[in-house]
Amino acid sequence: MAIEVRIPTILRNYTGGAKIVEGSGDTLAALIDDLDSRHSGLKGRLITPEGGLHRFVNIYVNDEDVRFLGALEAKVKDGDSLTILPAVAGGALGFAAAAALVGGR
Amino acid sequence: MLNSHGNVNDVLTIDRAIIDAIVVHARRDHPDEACGVVAGPIGQDVPARLIPMDNAARSMTFYEFDSMEQLRVWREMDDRDEEPVVIYHSHTATEAYPSRTDVSFAGEPGAHYLLVSTREPDSEEIRSFRIVDGVVTEEEVNIVDATVKA
Repeated sequence: MAIEVRIPTILRNYTGGAKIVEGSGDTLAALIDDLDSRHSGLKGRLITPEGGLHRFVNIYVNDEDVRFLGALEAKVKDGDSLTILPAVAGGALGFAAAAALVGGR
Repeated sequence: MLNSHGNVNDVLTIDRAIIDAIVVHARRDHPDEACGVVAGPIGQDVPARLIPMDNAARSMTFYEFDSMEQLRVWREMDDRDEEPVVIYHSHTATEAYPSRTDVSFAGEPGAHYLLVSTREPDSEEIRSFRIVDGVVTEEEVNIVDATVKA
């Protein structure tokens, strides 16, 4: 058993086009490290240089938004299902102000 | 430019009834920004099913899909062999052109990004763009009658 990870279109260039990949780990952070070991570069699209979850993606564990499950510390286990979606956001506001707004949620 | 299915697209062809409904949504939420999706069968580039989304930010200058609503809608599209053909939102005080924020967030390289400006009270500016790897390419909007079968 492993953790099934659904990859959105925009990140499939890191998975050789695969829509679903598998990984393992006890936490979301460990799972992402494991995925990055085979799909190099994926981690950089999910985690900021400062070590937080990237605001451009939504990550769900068993259909729960990980932001409500402890973010990178969220517990995961074999048999879980992880879904990554691009966050859909934007608007007329300047980018810095928008980033502050999103970062503050 | 290639979309996710390898098709070349430099025009958005969309039914007038869908455009009209998007405008109604944008006017209803004005002065807040309105947002949503038009789903269509995978690979056909035909926007067929309008899905107005909540703007979780409820802001005049920012929009954001609610993450749980988005998951539900994206799952539903998956189940129906659909994809997001159009992602739309309104600008309520500025032109219908992607902002730097729009470009930074644009995460569906296969989608048409449709913008509606409601800054004028009695007319709308409606424009469509591809946004791929940070590059914005405007495309023609071809509004037609009845591409969607009842």
